[in-house]
Amino acid sequence: MIHEFKKVWKPYTIGLLWLLGLLWPMLGIHPDGTLTFDETFTAWGYIAIGTSICLLLYILNKSGSLDAVSRPLAGLRDTVGQASGKVPNWVWIIVLLAFAFLYPFFTGRYAQDVATNVLIYICLGLGLNIVVGLAGMLDLGYIAFYGVGAYTYALLNIHFGMSFWICLPIAAALAMIAGSLIGYPTLRMRGDYLAIVTLGFGEIVRIILNNWMSLTNGPNGILGIKAPSMYIPSFENGFSLEVLYLKKLHYLYYVALLLAIITVISVRHLNFSRIGRAWESIREDETAAELMGVNTFKLKLLAYAMGALFAGLAGAFFCARMRFVSPESFTFLESAMVLSMVVLGGMGSIPGIILGAAALIVLPEVFREFETYRMLVFGMSMVVMMLFRPAGLIPAKRMGKRGEG
Amino acid sequence: METFIQQLINGITLGGLYALIALGYTMVYGVIQLINFAHGEFFAAGGYMGVIMLSFFTGLGYMDTHPILCLAAAFVLAMGYCAFLAVGVEKVAYKPLRRQSRLAALLSALGMSIFLSNGMMVTQGVYDKAYPGELFQGGVNFGMIRIGYLQMTIVGMTIVLLFGLNLLVFKTKIGMAMRATAQDKVMSSLVSISSNRIISLTFAIGAGLAAAAGIMVGLYYGSVRYDMGFLPGIKAFAAAVLGGIGNITGAMLGGLIIGMVEIFGAGYISGQYKDVFAFIILISVLYFKPTGIMGENIDDTRV
Repeated sequence: MIHEFKKVWKPYTIGLLWLLGLLWPMLGIHPDGTLTFDETFTAWGYIAIGTSICLLLYILNKSGSLDAVSRPLAGLRDTVGQASGKVPNWVWIIVLLAFAFLYPFFTGRYAQDVATNVLIYICLGLGLNIVVGLAGMLDLGYIAFYGVGAYTYALLNIHFGMSFWICLPIAAALAMIAGSLIGYPTLRMRGDYLAIVTLGFGEIVRIILNNWMSLTNGPNGILGIKAPSMYIPSFENGFSLEVLYLKKLHYLYYVALLLAIITVISVRHLNFSRIGRAWESIREDETAAELMGVNTFKLKLLAYAMGALFAGLAGAFFCARMRFVSPESFTFLESAMVLSMVVLGGMGSIPGIILGAAALIVLPEVFREFETYRMLVFGMSMVVMMLFRPAGLIPAKRMGKRGEG
Repeated sequence: METFIQQLINGITLGGLYALIALGYTMVYGVIQLINFAHGEFFAAGGYMGVIMLSFFTGLGYMDTHPILCLAAAFVLAMGYCAFLAVGVEKVAYKPLRRQSRLAALLSALGMSIFLSNGMMVTQGVYDKAYPGELFQGGVNFGMIRIGYLQMTIVGMTIVLLFGLNLLVFKTKIGMAMRATAQDKVMSSLVSISSNRIISLTFAIGAGLAAAAGIMVGLYYGSVRYDMGFLPGIKAFAAAVLGGIGNITGAMLGGLIIGMVEIFGAGYISGQYKDVFAFIILISVLYFKPTGIMGENIDDTRV
């Protein structure tokens, strides 16, 4: 333990002092010409205590002093893991589905709202997973397709009164077309360049939505979009069909659940099909994949289009749920959010991304009181995650070493 | 014609600022092949340190007696602060990931960028922070054309900084070590150049230049905001790519071109879409000539 500690304490102390030096000018220099130290030291003290505890636990764990606690825990985890491994997968899926179906019956409005959000982000995360996780192309402008889907439904509904269910495939198709249009010129690029160009495209879409006043009503957004509707039989005066707008939260929750289930099934099928394998071969080594007869150009374009499709679906639903859209919802930060779900959960792993989406939506809701610090913690945890567990919470089974964006 | 020349002057001012930010991107990319997403945040931090120092001096009353000295002190302190910040960021977020995949480093940079901009929001507030006024009011009129003293200061300062950087990189031993590290890390470490130290130094210099640009933008537009680093950051990256990433002269030229295009585009095509022009340039450069105007040939793994 002493040895471990010796290795770490020096950089750690330097780091803390460095932080103090960075923090004080921001907090301690005031425009009235005074210098204060209390505030800085309080904030710094909290950070120092928190990180010291984490570091101490880390060192203790590494040197084996915590074995008395961690060994039984690890044993317990192993037995639980083995027991759950014996139960076939379909049992878990049924349990999960049953939970998802029964969820609105024992939760309130707020919990349903959060759950609907999680489901939307599952669609988005799995769609982005096709591009980033399977085909290995880093896309930082993914939210643009979400915006295309949302605005498609909003405009068709406002101007032509078209219903949600008809607009859903149209939104998906338009998002796919947008995906191909954006994908086409960027396919020659790889890695960082691709990332920055997709970011540029995402911003262009947002700026256009923001400025095309006659079509999108600019930053004011579009109001008065109808919720999804359904025909239900009514027997009051004989037999007739009545339109029921699914405005209630639990109806919307079920629509989102339906979309999420469709997304999970299709992404799973894509993943384990010939196309999915081809995508993965492109991710691992594009040149080798091309040599083996994979049409890399077509498949990369297809990856873009398929990824955009699910974003389009999610976007149309998002718009129908909020009954309002504005360009505010499609900023770069949203793209970063979806991307971090994919990365946090584990690229290419479907259960991982579901977990990642749930974690990134639910945790900030739990810590609502610390709203100001939310994005601060989010950014830092992204860095920490990359430092200590770059493969994600549930890493994908088929992932080579060369997978880089 | 007058409008044209006026726009040209505005374009040079803005272009110089973009060039200062772009240098940080291009130098870091040249040394460790990483897009430093947090670079825009160094620029914003520089703007904030500028406003903090200048209002502090105003509060003490030195601003009325020695304005030039105060401004110089603010510049030096803000540049030092950002260099300090950048070295810290590099050690925490990038250095441990140098052997990992590029995606990990890029996401770590993205996380750092979100962290820094929100850190500024938490410590300095959500709203715009105004620069103390009264600095460099007035200007010189040539017929219809007007050049503000502030614009002159910005252009002059930019030229001095760019010239200084050129001297540093091309005429000194340190600059030679930097170029050697950028070319071949293993070989340069064999001739006893500490690549860790050179990388930290590169980050520090880039962030210092960005901080200077941050103060000048703050003076020019009158206020700073916690999220002001994002758009200029991307535009400066576009400038770096346009000039050929990794190429210092190219970044200066690219910044100037991007600034000009933005000003002329806003003036003659559409003011609402002024942010789009830089992206269009970025995309078309990457599509048609990925090496940029001054770049050497780079193999396809880097594009």
